[in-house]
Amino acid sequence: MNIFETELKKGNFVIGECPKCKMVIWPPSDYCCKCFDKLNWKKSDPLGKVIEFSKKDNAYFCITEFEEKIRIIGSLRNVENEPKIGQKVKLERCSMIDNNYNFELSLV
Amino acid sequence: MNKVAVVAYGGIKFSRDNIPIESLLLSATKNLFDQNSKLDQKDVDVVLVSTNDNSKYLSAILAELSGIEPKIAHTVESLCNSGTNAAVSAFSYISAGLAEVALVVGADRFDSPGQILQWDNSRGEYKHPIYWASIFTKAYKRKFETTNEELTYVAAKNHRNAKNNPFAFSNKSFSFDELMNSKILTNDLRMSDCSRPCSGGSAILLASENMARKFTDKPVWISGIGQKTMSAGFTKNKNISNMISTQKAAKIAFDMSHLKPDNVDFAEIHDAFTVCEFMALEDLGLVQRGKSAQYVKNLFETNNMKINPRGGLIGSGHPLGATGIAQIIEVVQQLQGTAGKRQINNPSVGLVHNMSAAATSSTVLLLKS
Repeated sequence: MNIFETELKKGNFVIGECPKCKMVIWPPSDYCCKCFDKLNWKKSDPLGKVIEFSKKDNAYFCITEFEEKIRIIGSLRNVENEPKIGQKVKLERCSMIDNNYNFELSLV
Repeated sequence: MNKVAVVAYGGIKFSRDNIPIESLLLSATKNLFDQNSKLDQKDVDVVLVSTNDNSKYLSAILAELSGIEPKIAHTVESLCNSGTNAAVSAFSYISAGLAEVALVVGADRFDSPGQILQWDNSRGEYKHPIYWASIFTKAYKRKFETTNEELTYVAAKNHRNAKNNPFAFSNKSFSFDELMNSKILTNDLRMSDCSRPCSGGSAILLASENMARKFTDKPVWISGIGQKTMSAGFTKNKNISNMISTQKAAKIAFDMSHLKPDNVDFAEIHDAFTVCEFMALEDLGLVQRGKSAQYVKNLFETNNMKINPRGGLIGSGHPLGATGIAQIIEVVQQLQGTAGKRQINNPSVGLVHNMSAAATSSTVLLLKS
């Protein structure tokens, strides 16, 4: 299990950055995809933006971008009005259940 | 590079039946041999299997069950475009001079593990393909103000075409209203927007220029091959209203064949979901950006079968590893003039578009009579 998943299990969303290439590496990996150097890990900014969304059974799911690089699909909770493209979202909760990642987001 | 042709084919009707993977592969192969009396097991140098099934050593198993002792035998897996990937591998062996004749057989079961890419955790709990398809559809609708009605023309056209495909999963007729009002899966996707997993098998025989005419008077030449993999994960797609891998694969295939989109008489398009047909038509250069809805509606209303004549994945079903091979078979039948009620008037160039996992990778083939 890589550092990303170890931290995700604790509820932390961390991102790997290559110290040489100064690049955020996504999806999570042990090495930089350009120079294969080991990554440094840091806590991600919890604020991202809506790229696109849809809805199933009254629950929104949303592709969201963090750090202008990392994209995930998460559940939007407590939505009163339809989201807008580019709207800010906050990563409220993340976890790993049965080898699956789980992301919960809220509109800011 | 030596020339390579498709010289024979075989298949079975797609279904939801609980058939072992080995039986699907063998039945398609038997059908190919049954239709080609000049083919002897000793002719076959290569046996490739395209599948997402978890069973092992399937090419050797198929070779043994078919009485073939090939030089080269292995499985090719690349999710939904396994079939065309296997065909490209077979092409490469022959064009490089390592083999003269290659049998490529694709099959998957209705419960194939290839339907969901478990590795792609960036999709969170939304790993089922309906979620990326919903996001693609929403993005395309937003960009081009496309309506559900316009998307329904893809399903209506492809189900109509599939009625004349004896190997299609279903030959049932659907009214436009039935499709429009089919079960809602998400706000942007109805059941009628989706292709259906099923059990199926399809087989083709590829041969060198030296050997091709032993098997047929009408070899169909593979004149352009383009493949591009952008990533494995859906969320790596920077643009979600079109398919970059398809655009790039198309350019490579057209460059190799010295053909242009205007030369394409008909095409087999990977319509895993209705919106994929719109995106692919535009990324292949067959239709101007944002004009696919009008184009497909016109095809439906004029009974034109030039796009997905066998019914596409939506009309025929989608047994993953068999799909790319079935698409190639349709192009071969059309170019040989044996497509029966689906026959397009005197075509000379056909295109196959086969892709995987939200268009993270695509294959484009150009075939000529």
